[in-house]
Amino acid sequence: MQFGIFTVGDVTPDPTTGRTPSERERIKAMVAIALKAEEVGLDVFATGEHHNPPFVPSSPTTMLGYVAARTEKLILSTSTTLITTNDPVKIAEDFAMLQHLADGRVDLMMGRGNTGPVYPWFGQDIREGINLAIENYALLRRLWREDVVDWEGKFRTPLQGFTSTPRPMDDVPPFVWHGSIRSPEIAEQAAYYGDGFFHNNIFWPADHTKRMVEFYRKRFAHYGHGTPEQAIVGLGGQVFMRKNSQDAVREFRPYFDNAPVYGHGPSLEDFTEQTPLTVGSPQQVIEKTLGFREYAGDYQRQLFLMDHAGLPLKTVLEQLDMLGEEVVPVLRKEFAKGRPADVPEAPTHASLLVAAAEEKAAEKASEKASDKKEVGA
Amino acid sequence: MKLVVVSAGLSVPSSTRLLADRLAAAVGRQAPVEVEVVELRDLAVEIAHNFTNGFPGRRLAAALEAVTGADGVIAVTPVFTASYSGLFKSFFDVLDKDALAGKPVLIAATGGTARHSLVLEHALRPMFAYLRAVVVPTGVYAASEDWGAEGLEGRVEQAAGELAGLMQGLSGTGRREPEALPVVPFAEQLARLAAS
Repeated sequence: MQFGIFTVGDVTPDPTTGRTPSERERIKAMVAIALKAEEVGLDVFATGEHHNPPFVPSSPTTMLGYVAARTEKLILSTSTTLITTNDPVKIAEDFAMLQHLADGRVDLMMGRGNTGPVYPWFGQDIREGINLAIENYALLRRLWREDVVDWEGKFRTPLQGFTSTPRPMDDVPPFVWHGSIRSPEIAEQAAYYGDGFFHNNIFWPADHTKRMVEFYRKRFAHYGHGTPEQAIVGLGGQVFMRKNSQDAVREFRPYFDNAPVYGHGPSLEDFTEQTPLTVGSPQQVIEKTLGFREYAGDYQRQLFLMDHAGLPLKTVLEQLDMLGEEVVPVLRKEFAKGRPADVPEAPTHASLLVAAAEEKAAEKASEKASDKKEVGA
Repeated sequence: MKLVVVSAGLSVPSSTRLLADRLAAAVGRQAPVEVEVVELRDLAVEIAHNFTNGFPGRRLAAALEAVTGADGVIAVTPVFTASYSGLFKSFFDVLDKDALAGKPVLIAATGGTARHSLVLEHALRPMFAYLRAVVVPTGVYAASEDWGAEGLEGRVEQAAGELAGLMQGLSGTGRREPEALPVVPFAEQLARLAAS
């Protein structure tokens, strides 16, 4: 199972000091957080993509390319890449490029983006969100899998004899996750292709996540990719830890109370009781996270949101130390217990490469077999 | 049959709750009902949080479920600023838009003066019409001066009889299982795009 972090990339004033970091500071902080993730033994760093203030990460592959150069093992991903407003041709190119630079340590998560005004800035319409996600992704898959593409669709200029360069590393496209909070159409899309499905699992009660994940698992099996239990599921989560849980609550409360997402609304207590948000000791984080398996089944990737709501970099780095040293090692051990042997790990470049080679070998073998038959006849 | 009474009165005791109880008792005399009362006052904070959180707290969730599963509903509000109270409206704002579809509902309101009595027809009835409830023809409005005066008891009995009748006639409109997520097979999604 993979563990990592995802960041929204918000520039938010620290409510305890009133200080707002500059964009440059926030961007550098995101990089520092990514490097820390590798240092403390996490597997994945994923950045969001946004095109409106107060968010900075408009250009994820630029950031991930920089992080790639400064890390060895970390898988670089997104949370999410906007499949609606980005040109799928540019996504194909950018992520293939990143794949080569990062020696295959790349996957990405497709998302639609929920900010209405962003769509027209890129010539699109939010009412077409689902259709854009479906058409653009269908094209993206072909661009990565076919050397020369002729294509015509509803939303983009037709392509004639187009080759997306560079080609994916080893001819193996990056693994794709589809992120959605409440659209069964997107879970259906992920299931259809046998791609991963990621539920951000924060801000919502668990039964909501459960419904979406169950739906995806069922449809994954329907399309013949394996049993429902073998579907590739990722979950988000959000935690704030201190050794002593009361200290965690005291320190995090002003950030919670003023956070752009849930600030000035619910109480921290209500939210921690009813959603996956955990504010407490590392042990409480472990217990709550292990509980995700009860409603999502054995899953492949757990990403934590650690750096939003104006938390200063120093605090976030301390959080990551705790996550890497005290929480994730226990989670790895506990999640492995009772996990059926036929539940796969999250696909990586290496595993996809092996799978592709096996598929080729199987094809050859069946060709040979049919040749023999013909000779025999 | 299950009768759920939604009362938006604010004081304890409140005339709104008093009217609600009289209506419920009158229905009980005319049909075998099991009564559950939802006091919105107790849910005020959870209702507000539902707007900011996007999901109901535990007690509010139970209340919403009770209303959704009822065979009939009595909804009573005080009149505030020429309409139902904000709390009353907010409760129905966080209720699923299909929860009342086809369900018999008796509307009632209380106010300091009889001059507000048409609030039932101008505010409550259209709201429940939008929610596709079957609102009984007689609404019951009680001004301060109506308590103890002649007429209120008759209107209570009349409205309760209508609700009891509808509940017995329309029973089976009650609880629906939460719908499974709709499956649109992916091939169909793709085909739609190709066709357009």
